[in-house]
Amino acid sequence: MAKYVIKRNIKDNPYLVAGLVITGLVLLLTIVGVFWTPYEPTAMNASQKLKGISLSHPMGTDNMGRDVLSRVMYGSRITLLIAMGTVFIGATAGTVIGAVTGYFGGMMDEVVMRIIDALFAFPSILLALVIVSVFGTGWVQLLVSLGIAFVPSFARIVRGEVLRCKNMDYVANARLQGVSDLRMIFVHILPNIKGVMASAILIGFNNAVLAEAGLSYLGVGSQPPYASLGKMLSDAQQYMFTNPSYVLCPGIVIVLMVLGFSFLGEGISRWK
Amino acid sequence: MIKRSFMKKKGTSLLMVVLTTLTIALSGCSSDKAGDSANVSEATETGTEAVTETQTADATQETDNLSKLIVGIPQDIDGLDPHNATGAGTREVFYNIFEGLVKADENGNLNPAVASDYTISDDSTVYSFTLRDGIKFHDGSPVTVEDIKYSLERNMGVDGGEPLIKAYSKIDSVNIIDDKNVEIVLKEADSDFLTQLTVAIIPASNEHPETTPIGTGPYKYVSSSPQENFIVTRFDDYWGQPAYIKDVVFKIESNMDAIVMDLEGGSIDMMARVTSTQAAQLSDKFEVYEGTMNLVQALYLNNDVKPFDDVRVRQALCYAVNPQEIMDFVSDGAGTEVGSAMFPAFTKYFMPELNDTYNTDVDKAKALLAEAGYPDGFEFTITVASNYGQHVDTAQVIAEELKAIGVNAKIQEIEWNSWVSDVYTDRKFEATVVGIDASTLSASALLSRYVSDSGKNFVNFKSDAYDAAYANAQSSNDDATKTEYYKECETILSQEAASVYIQDLPEFVVLNKKFTGYKFFPLYVQDIASIKPAN
Repeated sequence: MAKYVIKRNIKDNPYLVAGLVITGLVLLLTIVGVFWTPYEPTAMNASQKLKGISLSHPMGTDNMGRDVLSRVMYGSRITLLIAMGTVFIGATAGTVIGAVTGYFGGMMDEVVMRIIDALFAFPSILLALVIVSVFGTGWVQLLVSLGIAFVPSFARIVRGEVLRCKNMDYVANARLQGVSDLRMIFVHILPNIKGVMASAILIGFNNAVLAEAGLSYLGVGSQPPYASLGKMLSDAQQYMFTNPSYVLCPGIVIVLMVLGFSFLGEGISRWK
Repeated sequence: MIKRSFMKKKGTSLLMVVLTTLTIALSGCSSDKAGDSANVSEATETGTEAVTETQTADATQETDNLSKLIVGIPQDIDGLDPHNATGAGTREVFYNIFEGLVKADENGNLNPAVASDYTISDDSTVYSFTLRDGIKFHDGSPVTVEDIKYSLERNMGVDGGEPLIKAYSKIDSVNIIDDKNVEIVLKEADSDFLTQLTVAIIPASNEHPETTPIGTGPYKYVSSSPQENFIVTRFDDYWGQPAYIKDVVFKIESNMDAIVMDLEGGSIDMMARVTSTQAAQLSDKFEVYEGTMNLVQALYLNNDVKPFDDVRVRQALCYAVNPQEIMDFVSDGAGTEVGSAMFPAFTKYFMPELNDTYNTDVDKAKALLAEAGYPDGFEFTITVASNYGQHVDTAQVIAEELKAIGVNAKIQEIEWNSWVSDVYTDRKFEATVVGIDASTLSASALLSRYVSDSGKNFVNFKSDAYDAAYANAQSSNDDATKTEYYKECETILSQEAASVYIQDLPEFVVLNKKFTGYKFFPLYVQDIASIKPAN
């Protein structure tokens, strides 16, 4: 019975299928890259500079003669790690802040939400740039700063949902049974808003991938000789006309990564 | 819930959104690839640029517009007052408008300009100059000895301020002998002081040098628009060989990525310091002149921190790093190897034999490391300014080369201003890759920074032998002896492996084939007067 429901759901849900396939491919590329890459991602070869797509180099080579496929396999790991870490920090802190302020309301709600509003007023990239310039460059700083920049949006969404659920009958019912506030928030209310949170997390994930690409592009992200996908794009741009495969390959992987997770998010939200 | 309603439409438009974002990310951020010569000695950056409309109006109706040259410059000039303008990019433009008592030529010689002749006293304390006959300012008034005195004293800060040029604090007095002769008396002997006398001579009668620039050079100022252009025209009463091209527009090019298109489209005729990638994209309408940037690119090691306080470790790195390989990777083999803190354009001082002090030898490097107590190598960080792509690339190649001797170099990119404050000023670094240039035509411009107590000695190099040799060079008045001592300085730097000297970076200058005659200078200048129509 349950098997049948899942099967039918998947059949009626092309987004989920597409999302699973694309994400699966990208994850496969990344996970294989942890154990094996066709070439050492930092190994240079003067005789193989800026080669196009070929059998020995399926994504060509860069200006130092390094294999782009190997670098993409390595780079997608950094990009995924930063995106996941960002969303983890943003979603955890945002959910706690949103749920607590939304549930209790009052003065604390006002104060915390005004702070969140102020944080919102900064474009997240600008905020991350400020944090990175204060604490130095590197992917840990990048992860933390992007995480902080992502807190407000999660807090907003969760608070709104908690406000909506707060006055529902099941909450009143639970309160009559003497459920504590903490249990009320985390056991009774949060599970009921998980659909919204799931899509918020996946959208946040996409934004984090793009934000990391943007920041690495500005030179504050991962440090050479290793490169995240965004950093590869930035390095490749001056060869855009002479050697298009160098800029296209990492670009396409970013597109696939974001597209896959977006479809996945859409699919999950349509999941009955 | 904005996010939720957005999600509904997302399915179809998502690809578009992602692609658009990527496109914006790609085109929105142009990096400063211009001027990859970190002008460290001045700590000024040659970085920003702006594209503007060209002025097509031309007074003279000559056949194919050969009377007008449009030169792209990477950034706006930082002021019209030649004595207060500090940017290297401003100096290169002002070279055409202002002249000093002496003027540098493309071979690095100092030739008389506003002065027609000079003599230096035997003890190098009195410099006497004879004013050139009939020389005129751009406004038509004759140059007088009072103007010379005024200009020099302005730089000395006699009106109460700090000297505009540090070396001018050495001047005791500027004395007018008669209406043709003037002498400069120094507080202490300095046989290199002539190199400081290229500062602009400007008229004392001009009350507003910051808005009306008047000089004696082959071109005179016409107009300028901030972030747009700087226009000059030929000065017909020039004392020397007049310029060939009548009108010259220096056009500010903000976007280094648009240089190739601007050249091809004809909105600029000349651009200095393009990258080898850009040069390779140009059609045969253009001549690419290859020269060098006149700087010393090196892996500068902080001699105060472990393990670089041990000369054997520094020498090991010198044996492990292969400059030719770096040039092959970073600039397709272009560039000139250097073996000490001197670039080849200083032909008098450059010692090509020092390139062979350390020929790549991995075994020797390993042996030296083992001797120094690091048989298994060590780890260190190369801090490099992120806006200088060539230096970042060089650092990557070095890191790869050092793996062969078990040394693990991490690379830390930082933003230029942080580099200047942390690495250059505060000396908080282990190693860095940068290029150091010379601000005057004297070997001391490059060598003075290695004196133990020099404020510019950011690598913390300490050698008594070096200090002694440098002091000898400074105090000797005979040019040959002086050169010998400077060469001794270079040899010490090479043997002590003060840093891992790599190369003088290649410089590519693009000039439309309608014009010819571009000359490279050992200084940061563009001599437009020597450019002429090709036919």
